[in-house]
Amino acid sequence: MITEERQTIPKPPLVAADSARAREQGSGSPALSVRNLSVFFGKVQVLKRISLDAAAQAVTAIIGPSGCGKSTFLRSLNRMHELVPSARVEGEIRLFGEDILSPEVEPVSLRRRVGMVFQKSNPFPTMSIADNVTVGLRLNGVRQRSVLAQRLEHSLLMAALWDEVKDRLDAPATSLSGGQQQRLCIARALAVQPEVLLMDEPASALDPLATRKIEDLIRELKKKYTILIVTHNMQQAARTSDYTAFFYLGELVEYGATARIFTNPAQKQTEDYVTGRFG
Amino acid sequence: MSLKTGLPLPAPPGSPEAKAETLGRAGVGIDSKQESYHRWRNVKNGLVQAVTCLCTLAVLLPLALVFNHVLKSGLSAVNLTFFTGLPKPVGEPGGGMANAIVGTFELLGLAALLGVPVGVCGGIFLAEYGSTKLNWWIRFAADVLNGVPSIIWGMVVYALVVVPRKGFSAWAGGIVLGMIIVPLIMRTSEEMLRLVPQGYREAALALGISQWRTLVQIVLRTALRGITTGILLALARVAGETAPLLFTAFGNRFWNHSLNDPIAALPLQIFSYAISPYEDWHRQAWAGALVLLVLVALVNVSVRLLTRERSNRGRLPL
Repeated sequence: MITEERQTIPKPPLVAADSARAREQGSGSPALSVRNLSVFFGKVQVLKRISLDAAAQAVTAIIGPSGCGKSTFLRSLNRMHELVPSARVEGEIRLFGEDILSPEVEPVSLRRRVGMVFQKSNPFPTMSIADNVTVGLRLNGVRQRSVLAQRLEHSLLMAALWDEVKDRLDAPATSLSGGQQQRLCIARALAVQPEVLLMDEPASALDPLATRKIEDLIRELKKKYTILIVTHNMQQAARTSDYTAFFYLGELVEYGATARIFTNPAQKQTEDYVTGRFG
Repeated sequence: MSLKTGLPLPAPPGSPEAKAETLGRAGVGIDSKQESYHRWRNVKNGLVQAVTCLCTLAVLLPLALVFNHVLKSGLSAVNLTFFTGLPKPVGEPGGGMANAIVGTFELLGLAALLGVPVGVCGGIFLAEYGSTKLNWWIRFAADVLNGVPSIIWGMVVYALVVVPRKGFSAWAGGIVLGMIIVPLIMRTSEEMLRLVPQGYREAALALGISQWRTLVQIVLRTALRGITTGILLALARVAGETAPLLFTAFGNRFWNHSLNDPIAALPLQIFSYAISPYEDWHRQAWAGALVLLVLVALVNVSVRLLTRERSNRGRLPL
């Protein structure tokens, strides 16, 4: 189905709407550069030669119908796919130029650079709000109270949760509402100061108000972080992202500036999907 | 019934029209045939409820009987000396089981010392490591071990520990109880660890926390209450074991001063007093039974409290 020309590697598009900030960065080099990435689970090939550059300090949305490999793609970026024993990866992923699939790269240290937020909020139930945020630091050997306290406040501020929880930091994390729990998970991921934040349908289990808060947060966070977000919600992709990649049946069908993907897609399949005709 | 008024009369029962009507009005319940069907259904429901109630009573009744009888027979002999004194020689009234009570705790302590680490680590292996096939066999072996009669455990330890060391000892008693609790604790620990949602492991690993720390600080911590519950229940189960201790701890009418010497235990003391021909010893045996029963009941109550607090906080169900 995919013709040769669609296989060509899309450049990180810097279109008018969002180029101002990108120019401020003064760097055209992408944060993540994926080349010919194939992922297999056993004999099943889930991703087929994906090539894609994700711009730094921008939001890249990954859309596509269920089972198209969106989550697998995301999870290969911090090597979470290795938790599945039968998983195998081919191709190349470079994080700011460094080949992260090479055997010399420890997945543990990679994951400190590439944080992840999951679909289902999963704060640790045995820990308080504060302990949840600082757990990534504490279990990696950070002991200084001043550092922990400062990161705690900073991360919660970044996740727009500080005002809601500052008076009950010692309360159990499970006492928070669903939306607050998800923002707590974002704060937890931010506390280890990653370079890239992967979000796997972060708002799909939340009500519209909580979803809006998460989306506002994503727009805020991209000032500092490179964000990749998997979403089923087309409006969400349109509202929050700068670039959009459309996956279908394990292949990258189209990739470009969000405004263009949603208003003037080059591929018929993309158009059908974003207009809700299938998927 | 009142629904019927104002509606056209139903076709005579048995006629094809009636059948069609019944089908057509299924769920409305205005047909006489359906009404009798509903009545029959209610009767059936009542019957089943009565049978299950009776069965529940049949389970609870023995418990009440046991408690009642042990209380009635044992309470008269329970006094301060029972908890502080040593057994008196035949013919001398009074005396107590202090050595047996302490001995039971010592044996349980030894059993926990030996059995808990092995059981919990085995459970961790089953839940977190290993291959599906290997784990199937380990699980199968553990379940078989759980079914091994305790007297056989006693014989095994007699042959492996008591004979080579040429003597009964507290160690041998602790080892046999420890061996009995290993498969029990292994299986409950595994179940508790598997109840920890995969999302917590992934969240921890995605934060760049190593697998080892994830296991200890996140997964084990989340499952801790469940594992503790399993350990307590396993210890409560072996607290009353008598047969394996006959071959190993042997019993002792005096204080045990070394773990290499025979040691008294409540079930052993109850056993030897109960088969004796003396009235006074019988009363003491009942008192010992009461103390043992209360101990085990206390463990069970504390387990309930532990698990209740957990469910209140929205943690893992047992």
